[in-house]
Amino acid sequence: MTTTTAEESVSASLETATIKSWKAPIAYAIFTLIAIVLFVVNGRDGSSRFRLSSEADLIQLPVIDAPTRLTCVVVVVLLLAITAYATWLSSQAKRVPLWLTIIFAAAFMWAFLTWAAAGESIPITGLLLGTVALSAPLIFGALGGVISERVGVVNVAIEGQLLAGAFLSAFVASVTGNPWVGLIAAMVAGVLVSFLLAAFSIKYLVDQVIVGVVLNVLVAGLTSFLYTTVLTSNTPLFNSPPRFPRISIPILSEIPILGPVLFRQTVIIYFMYVAVIVVWWALFHTKWGLRLRAVGEHPQAADTVGIKVNATRFWNVALAGAIAGFGGAYFTLGSVGGFTKEMTAGAGFIALAAVIFGRWDPIRATLAALLFGFATNLQNVLGAIGSGVPSEFLLMLPYVVTIFAVAGLVGYVRGPAASGKPYIKA
Amino acid sequence: MSDVTAPTAPAGNEPQKTTQPEAPRGNQVLADILNGSFVITILAVVFALLIGAVLIAVTDEDVQAAAGYFFAAPGDTFSAIWQSVSGAYGALFQGSIYNFRRDSFVDGIKPLTETLTFATPLIAAALGIGIAFRVGLFNIGGRGQMLIAAACAGWVGFSFELPWGVHLAIAVIAGIVGGALWGGIVGLLKARTGAHEVILTIMLNYVAFYLVSWMLRTPGLLQAPDSVNPKSPAMLETAVFPEILGPKYNLHLGFIFVIAATIFAWWLLNRSSLGFQFRAVGENPNAARVAGINVKNTYVQAMLISGGLVGLAGVMQVLGTVTTGFSAGIDAGIGFDAITVALLGRSRPWGIFAAGVLFGAFKAGGFAMQAAEGIPIDIVTVVQSLIVLFIAAPPLIRAVFFLPKQGKPKRLKLNVSQEVAAK
Amino acid sequence: MKLELRGITKRFGSLVANDHIDLVIQPGEIHCLLGENGAGKSTLMNVLYGLYQAEEGDVLLDDVVQHFAGPGDAMRAGIGMVHQHFMLIPVFTVAENVMLGHEQTGVAGKLDLDAARAKVREISARFGFHVDPDALVGDLPVGVQQRVEIIKALSRDAQVLVFDEPTAVLTPQETDELMTIMRQLRSEGTSIVFITHKLREVREVADRITVIRLGKVVGEASPTASNSELAALMVGRAVELTVHKETARPGAASLVVRNLDVIDPLGLKVVNNVSFEVHEGEILAIAGVQGNGQTELTEAILGLQPRVTGDITLNGEKLTGLSVRKILNAGVGFVPEDRTEDGLVGEFTIAENLMLDRSDAPPFVRRGNLQLGYLAEFAQEKKDEFDIRAQSITTMAGRLSGGNQQKVVLARELSRDLKLFVASQPTRGIDVGSIEFVHKRMVETRDAGIPVIVVSTELDEVVALADRIAVMYRGSIVGIVPGNTPRDILGLMMAGENPTGVAA
Repeated sequence: MTTTTAEESVSASLETATIKSWKAPIAYAIFTLIAIVLFVVNGRDGSSRFRLSSEADLIQLPVIDAPTRLTCVVVVVLLLAITAYATWLSSQAKRVPLWLTIIFAAAFMWAFLTWAAAGESIPITGLLLGTVALSAPLIFGALGGVISERVGVVNVAIEGQLLAGAFLSAFVASVTGNPWVGLIAAMVAGVLVSFLLAAFSIKYLVDQVIVGVVLNVLVAGLTSFLYTTVLTSNTPLFNSPPRFPRISIPILSEIPILGPVLFRQTVIIYFMYVAVIVVWWALFHTKWGLRLRAVGEHPQAADTVGIKVNATRFWNVALAGAIAGFGGAYFTLGSVGGFTKEMTAGAGFIALAAVIFGRWDPIRATLAALLFGFATNLQNVLGAIGSGVPSEFLLMLPYVVTIFAVAGLVGYVRGPAASGKPYIKA
Repeated sequence: MSDVTAPTAPAGNEPQKTTQPEAPRGNQVLADILNGSFVITILAVVFALLIGAVLIAVTDEDVQAAAGYFFAAPGDTFSAIWQSVSGAYGALFQGSIYNFRRDSFVDGIKPLTETLTFATPLIAAALGIGIAFRVGLFNIGGRGQMLIAAACAGWVGFSFELPWGVHLAIAVIAGIVGGALWGGIVGLLKARTGAHEVILTIMLNYVAFYLVSWMLRTPGLLQAPDSVNPKSPAMLETAVFPEILGPKYNLHLGFIFVIAATIFAWWLLNRSSLGFQFRAVGENPNAARVAGINVKNTYVQAMLISGGLVGLAGVMQVLGTVTTGFSAGIDAGIGFDAITVALLGRSRPWGIFAAGVLFGAFKAGGFAMQAAEGIPIDIVTVVQSLIVLFIAAPPLIRAVFFLPKQGKPKRLKLNVSQEVAAK
Repeated sequence: MKLELRGITKRFGSLVANDHIDLVIQPGEIHCLLGENGAGKSTLMNVLYGLYQAEEGDVLLDDVVQHFAGPGDAMRAGIGMVHQHFMLIPVFTVAENVMLGHEQTGVAGKLDLDAARAKVREISARFGFHVDPDALVGDLPVGVQQRVEIIKALSRDAQVLVFDEPTAVLTPQETDELMTIMRQLRSEGTSIVFITHKLREVREVADRITVIRLGKVVGEASPTASNSELAALMVGRAVELTVHKETARPGAASLVVRNLDVIDPLGLKVVNNVSFEVHEGEILAIAGVQGNGQTELTEAILGLQPRVTGDITLNGEKLTGLSVRKILNAGVGFVPEDRTEDGLVGEFTIAENLMLDRSDAPPFVRRGNLQLGYLAEFAQEKKDEFDIRAQSITTMAGRLSGGNQQKVVLARELSRDLKLFVASQPTRGIDVGSIEFVHKRMVETRDAGIPVIVVSTELDEVVALADRIAVMYRGSIVGIVPGNTPRDILGLMMAGENPTGVAA
């Protein structure tokens, strides 16, 4: 027997050739061009100030004062250099690493802030604090999306889960007068939407995207109907939920910049920190996560080792709904208070974008959600200081970034292999 | 033993069917109707209306009051339920088909023309989305395409002094081109980069919304002069769709356009070479590619046509429905409603036409119901989405109505997840 | 462990896939289950493995009746399976794949990957496998993936191991090694069920042979039975698959391929510096184990591959760089390997499928309009000519049997004005009658002076049809040899050796 030679032949791999991808340099070049036009050609004079602490903080940091035009020129030169480096990498058929994109994005954002804040001052703490607040429902939604898609069910219904969570939490918390009960109700609402999604896509094999889209419409219609007929019939009784108070965590909350941003928050935000870490860890390091991913990648293989594919999908989609529903409670119990019609205003779709932009990874999706929250809040802050940048363009940013992401300009995006495909046993 | 007795792969259980005479066509149609989609569709509508009735009854204050003393006088509860539900659906009917409280036929039939008026943009948009479905593309971008189309048509409509007829024609074309280009971006990105159109269209909805919002509040672009509101000026008289049944009714020329669009869509899908390629790509993109059909170009073409038809709906809105100047809410949710219409019409042009009229009736009747009975129009959204869920799951409807199980399930299939590898 | 199947009956609708099958596998024997594709072997094993539920009959292990609700139950009872299409998750490591379904966990449900790695190493060492527990399965060659499947089964202490068509993806050498592994397993007391339709393998390794045809056990045989006896049992009649053909009268070189490279999306050279010619009036067969670049080569000829270097010319006209449409118009007929995926639109009628690759030009399309009347006439004519058995030309292609589907594809391609005919696995998974029909039409095409390329992984088909044979291995052509080259030489060439010293 010729074991040795055969071993070699089996493990020998085919010759490789090099494939060059120019997507990343092209994307960099487009943004660099925008930067040149906006920040240099259309540059501004004066100085831009960044406030790093508020008066209430224990440790006071100095205000950074940067000359606007000079800073912009320097950063744009940096952008040019990064673009050139990326072009060189691509010409050598090397991949453009993720950290380079992060540096590029950060530099671009720095130049933008400097430019926008010419002659004004930007409260960095306020900017970041609002970012966390606006990101919270996105992060919960994205975690739900990650779990659902990893197990093989496309979840376009995040919007519906958030909205259902917001509605039921407001109603139940109002009636019981207890925000904790409202929080549980939010999860129940999310799970109910998930049950519909799971039942129609797993049992009745309806296209998952269709179910998701229709469920969003259904939840929007149902909550609006009940809002008008029930909630507004007696607002004090049915739609005045108590809100969670902010809790400052001792010591941690006094860390400069980060403390006020991360550790003077409501309990929902603290739950969020835990949820992100637990979902990430469990997804990649536990039996639950291994089985979940197996079902989403190759359901038949999972079936042949005794994993019940459809049951796994059903319960994990329910779990995803619970997490997203929890995020919905943030709209009412965490920030606004009362429920209003369609108050989620497309947050579920941004969460979906974060799932894809974060490549189905809980940590990356969280970062993407933070980025989107940042863009939204930037619009608020710049609107407040009156920088002259049309707010609509900032609001557009998450969506434009996502389009670039799915178009592969920010790197190769690959979802779970069996996501969206029903598993039909012969 | 010689090697000619070859154990190659003959399949054992080949069903050896002999050619049988084809069953008479009439029987086929009858069979289709009886156990096929038609009955399921009707039952889905009935079941959705039943659930709507439950919602209406449960949230009705009289019913709640009567239920408070249910065991003392159960009859009161039932009569209150009957009152609320029959009142609601009665108003729905009178608001959408024929109003018996009017004396003359001319007045009584007005609700039906309202139904057709509401159906007009719905059908146009649903045709666009239906054509995309047939190519295996899920166009959720109706809102964005409508907004861009409305902006283009509206801009032409209020900016230029042009002769009667020419003005309208140019405005309509501008809108269709706008919608087509906004849809075409999706087709192009999908073809070039393999990006998923569902994500692209959702994202472009928001981009279009903010873009149009910005233009509407920027003087010199779309904002009405001397105004602080994010709203455009009124359309010029020459650019407005004329009313086709006289000033008594709101039904406008757009309805004729929509009939023409339906005929066009039917011809395109069933009789044209392009439509054949569309369907081939929609059913099996791999086989289409091997058969020399350029799948990527097909995606671009399909999204151009889809966006153009959805754009036509946007045109209807600014030049037919709201001619006094538009805001960023001009799409009125039609982009999403159209998805349900396209699904209900099973992506077939005349099916979409019928489904559009049904949903137009829901909308017209819904407003009448809201005015007469105080029931929020949102109930219509609930009923519509339930209908689509139910027709998508025939086994559920069969189970609810105790129908016998069917051998071959006709499930609502959409090949959106089927992608040709971006080679 | 003794395995017994008693009166197993499994139906799919009106089709009886298993009809009262009885089978006994003694401890420590290699029991071959022999039968044609579609005879019901895989169905039987899926019943045994709990993937299907039988309508009647029992599964007994050591004379105890078992009730398997799913594969989990079967595995716990000691049954393991090496599937024909590997049940491995490409993005998981070997260790993760092996542990999936019976994971050991530590604190807070944390996976114990170290234990899984140790298990993989231990079993690898026992059988002399060289498998890295931390390699991603998707990066491994198929031969190694199969070993991972075996490790997976053994890690669950399987005492009955089912191999479902395990040699379909292996070279002759890898097949030999697998046989050795099977014998080693047997000597350790494992019972083995070996499912195949290849007679040579059966006779080499089996202790006992059960032949299944049309869902029924038609006989038992000992390994000493002759090939023809086994074949007769398997097919039910003595089949001759010789193709009656005259000696080829090759004309001028028509298709010329020079230094062709095809690079896949991962950057691998799946076709590596391939050059050959095909003459008018000859059949060139391309032989080789599945996955050695044949598919990509034919796709490159049709313009379906995006990254191609080198030259392909047809009668002097350059084909490289042209669109699929232009290549089809240049007179290339193509039967793709996977007819349901690439050859037909299942939800289209027979008639629509017959015009699929002429969807933009006369006679089927004039001024953008479909010519439905002409199409109906054409389709009826082809349906009769190619003996497509269906109710009418409006029957959906997806409803046809494999053989009839293939006839639709053939009818479409052969009714064009061809300058070259390329057929990939033209008889895979179709019935004997259809195979004869397909072979006959291919020889007729050759005799009409058209150059023909046939890609086949079945050596018998290659030998029956070919005037010349090109053998591919790892993207390259090992050699081009005459059609009457002995099988053992072809077998060696399929493993990458070139004993004849023929220049590639």
